[in-house]
Amino acid sequence: MKPGWEMVIGLEVHCELKTATKLFCGCPNMFGDEANTNVCPVCLGLPGSLPVLNQKAVELAMAIGTALNCEILPSTFHRKNYFYPDQAKDYQISQYDEPINVNGHLDLPDGSRVGIERAHMEEDTGKTSHAGSSGRIHGSDYSLVDYNRSGVPLVEIVSAPDMRSSAQARAYAGELRAVLVASGASDGKMEEGSMRVDANVSVRRSVDDPFGTRCEIKNLNSVRSLGRAIEYEADRQIALIEAGEVVVQQTRHWDEDAGRTVTLRSKEDAYDYRYFLEPDLVPLVPDAEWIDAVADTLGMMPAVRRARLVRLLEESGGASESQLDQVATVVDLRLDDLVVSAVAGGVSSGLALARTANEAANDADAARRLDPAAYLALLTMEAAGTVSATQAKAVLADLLVRGGGDPAAMAKAKGFEAMSEDSLASTVAEVVVAHPDEWGRYCEGGEKGDKLAGFFTGLVMKATRGQANGKAVATELQRLRGG
Amino acid sequence: MAEPGRLTREDVAHVAALARLHLSDAELDLFTGQLAEVLDHASDVASLDLAGVAPTAHAMAVTNVLRPDEVRPGLDRDEVLGQAPSVEDHRFRVPRIPGEAP
Amino acid sequence: MVSSGEWSAVDILEQHLAAIEAGDGAVHAFNLVTADLAREQAVEVDRKVAAGEDPGLLAGVPVALKDNLCTRGVPTTCSSRILEGWRPPYDATVVTRLREAGAVMVGKTNMDEFAMGSSTETSAFGPTRNPHDTSRVPGGSSGGSAAAVAAGFAPLALGSDTGGSIRQPAALCGVVGMKPTYGTVSRYGLVAFASSLDQIGPLATSVADAALLFDVIGGNDLLDSTSLHRPTPRALAVLDDGVDGLTVGVLSEFLDGAAPDVVARVHQAAEALAGAGARVEEVSVPEVAFGLSAYYLIAPGEASSNLARYDGVRYGLRVDAEDVAAMNTATRSAGFGAEVKRRIMLGTYVLSAGYMDAYYNQALRVRTRIIEGFTRAYHHCDVLLGPTAPTTAFALGAKVDDPLTMYLSDVCTIPSNLAGHPAISVPFGTGDDGLPVGVQLLGPALSEGTVLKVAAVVEAAAPPLAAPVLVEGTPT
Repeated sequence: MKPGWEMVIGLEVHCELKTATKLFCGCPNMFGDEANTNVCPVCLGLPGSLPVLNQKAVELAMAIGTALNCEILPSTFHRKNYFYPDQAKDYQISQYDEPINVNGHLDLPDGSRVGIERAHMEEDTGKTSHAGSSGRIHGSDYSLVDYNRSGVPLVEIVSAPDMRSSAQARAYAGELRAVLVASGASDGKMEEGSMRVDANVSVRRSVDDPFGTRCEIKNLNSVRSLGRAIEYEADRQIALIEAGEVVVQQTRHWDEDAGRTVTLRSKEDAYDYRYFLEPDLVPLVPDAEWIDAVADTLGMMPAVRRARLVRLLEESGGASESQLDQVATVVDLRLDDLVVSAVAGGVSSGLALARTANEAANDADAARRLDPAAYLALLTMEAAGTVSATQAKAVLADLLVRGGGDPAAMAKAKGFEAMSEDSLASTVAEVVVAHPDEWGRYCEGGEKGDKLAGFFTGLVMKATRGQANGKAVATELQRLRGG
Repeated sequence: MAEPGRLTREDVAHVAALARLHLSDAELDLFTGQLAEVLDHASDVASLDLAGVAPTAHAMAVTNVLRPDEVRPGLDRDEVLGQAPSVEDHRFRVPRIPGEAP
Repeated sequence: MVSSGEWSAVDILEQHLAAIEAGDGAVHAFNLVTADLAREQAVEVDRKVAAGEDPGLLAGVPVALKDNLCTRGVPTTCSSRILEGWRPPYDATVVTRLREAGAVMVGKTNMDEFAMGSSTETSAFGPTRNPHDTSRVPGGSSGGSAAAVAAGFAPLALGSDTGGSIRQPAALCGVVGMKPTYGTVSRYGLVAFASSLDQIGPLATSVADAALLFDVIGGNDLLDSTSLHRPTPRALAVLDDGVDGLTVGVLSEFLDGAAPDVVARVHQAAEALAGAGARVEEVSVPEVAFGLSAYYLIAPGEASSNLARYDGVRYGLRVDAEDVAAMNTATRSAGFGAEVKRRIMLGTYVLSAGYMDAYYNQALRVRTRIIEGFTRAYHHCDVLLGPTAPTTAFALGAKVDDPLTMYLSDVCTIPSNLAGHPAISVPFGTGDDGLPVGVQLLGPALSEGTVLKVAAVVEAAAPPLAAPVLVEGTPT
């Protein structure tokens, strides 16, 4: 970002809801089936067909609203009229001026808060593929339409223009994804298109200036491209203004390969959508009882889960920067319950967090299925020195594969047993004798000498194939040095 | 009723484009006159006091009509595609699309 | 008769098919006669009767279907080139219910294109003619259904009524036609014209038959969100209850624009009701005079959206062009007739940026006022009485070039659609030209029982109407 400028960002996020069926008909809401196999008169827009609202989709929309601290209001559906071949009825049924969720907010991990203007329900379109010379829209000879996705339930979450950097926008997208996953409403897979992000970007010289003219950027397929596109777009707008030109309100397309945004259409070409109340649907008026029942099904949101782990770290002396990153990772992967149960079982929060964020996280799917009692038992063994850190990691890998088991028995089966003090001492002595120069410098101490502790520890570990307990080695080295 | 101004030939041409209809010059002239006449007639509601009157979009006040999230049998693909003007690779084939979806 | 074994369903069907064969060349009530399918259904009914199974309430009764009701595998055109050849892959809910009731479906009837018209002259397949005088229109848009019943091609027919499309042709053809309360009959499978106004209803030769057909097709349907859960009382059961103690209001606004011979028949019907024990008084609901204005903003608005889907992509006509937008435009320009284009453009205009509030939203407020006006009248009246149409059947071609004049044919029927209320047209003698006159009874929401029993009394007092005499062959 060029100094002397500020960017203003608002995001519009479409997320597919995890329902069994589509928003207005009983066709399966399935990704990846053969073309035009999940279709019926309703989602094909056949003459005479009528939409009927999916209760589960409404409840997931309410869950999103609750998770984003929105007011849940009586709502209606409108028709958004435009011609496009993937739009089976040539209008989209969408909530318009009376959306189900309004006025919420999302707290980001850095402590900032982003307003949520609305989160409304709408139906997805079919999928168009472009055939012919280039495979792209421009230059293709003809197109093919598959309506399997037509009518899949979406919630569009519109943020306030509260973000001021691409990093904050990325953090928002990441946190929103975590909230959507935690609420059970969506699987939040940006790359598969179940979460789609459009960015509204404008720039201004000072926080006291009014917002500049914004451009909307589409086709952002990852959090990374979101960040890149925002940076590019802000630079483009600043360059225009500094060259004495004006930013024209328009929709722009992010070209990932070229790393730039290109004009899709300007405001003058804006569609006249002729929104009007959908006469085939009736108003949705959720009562307090229904809203509460949906709220009761909601699990803890990521912000609450992070705070819970930070509290555990603080109880044992505070959280370092890298531990905060571990907290974010663990919560993001929904492995925080493992940490919490291990700490409750007496394991230190630092160890529980580190093993979870560094090792269990490697196979998060398996880790989420792991028996917490087995995990606690393993970490307890490691903390007591019954197994070394290296051995603990090896046993954990097995636990993840099997989904549980007795870590003590597994360690034994692998031949992992704590070395007796005698055999440890003799191995350390052998290593010391074999490296007299290094030993001499170690004994001189000081910053340089002390660093050689790691050298000797490594040799001992190698000699014992990882069976030695690192702490015990350090103690023995110091004893030999006479410290 | 607020007076939006009499319907012009340009209005009709614009609306025809929005509705994806092509009109000949003769049709444009004819329809402009006919539609303006209907809209003029509709302006008689100006004599009705509508201040503070809520609009009625649904005559019957029904709310919360929902269906359970259960899969129902859909249509046979061959039957569906058998009705289509042009099909390729089990998809509906259309001529090239000049722009992206809104 | 069929269920008692007195007649076979096949015999009844063959009589009607013969009547169609002899007379439909002159009338053109049908777009398609489904003789083979009907024979299969009739045979099945006869088999059930022979086997002692319940053949259903309408066992063996031939029924004609307006060609905007989806019939699985059977062409459904809405009398439009744009849907020519389309075979829906599903049945409308009413078609399913008719099938389950043992009805025999004889064919699809002609109509104004997409139900937009009042004379059946906007059909892409040529007009239907009034069986009472083939130089006259049958009314519309359900002109084919009304003519089929009037000509004896089928004792029952289904139509759809968005602004009078069942009642006005019923009146012009001398048959009974009812638009039920919005939401009492499922719209699933009815090709939409104006969704908040469309309602399917019966056409029949008698009030009792209309009530029977309504009983069969009505009731909640999970496939239509606007379908009502409230059970409607069996209409047929209350038909003979009479009008003693009921108050009938003669709606003065409906008389204002009507021809003197039609007004005379309305007064005569009012006298008959008074004679049967009803209290008759004149009432005024000034708001209904604005119904036409509101209707011609609301209905085209909805229609412009409902008819967007005819784009040449998934079904029906396609006229190819170099890109998809040009293909859409070429298809729609070739596939829709002038009246449909007019309404699509009117509707697109009233919904477009800058005009929505002045036109469409204002029309929805008029709708509120009309409902309030009716509510006021129903505080002291049980039903309202008026003409169904301002005149008897007019000559073919008389109004086709003047849309506004054609629209005025529906001035007495539109208010019930805007309010969602039931209304029925009952034949009541003829006008000065010897053509049928229909009187209309209107009631508040879900008052079908009351409306029908009053209609039965009017029907009993009606002057006799000669059956139409059809000359074989095509009219010149």
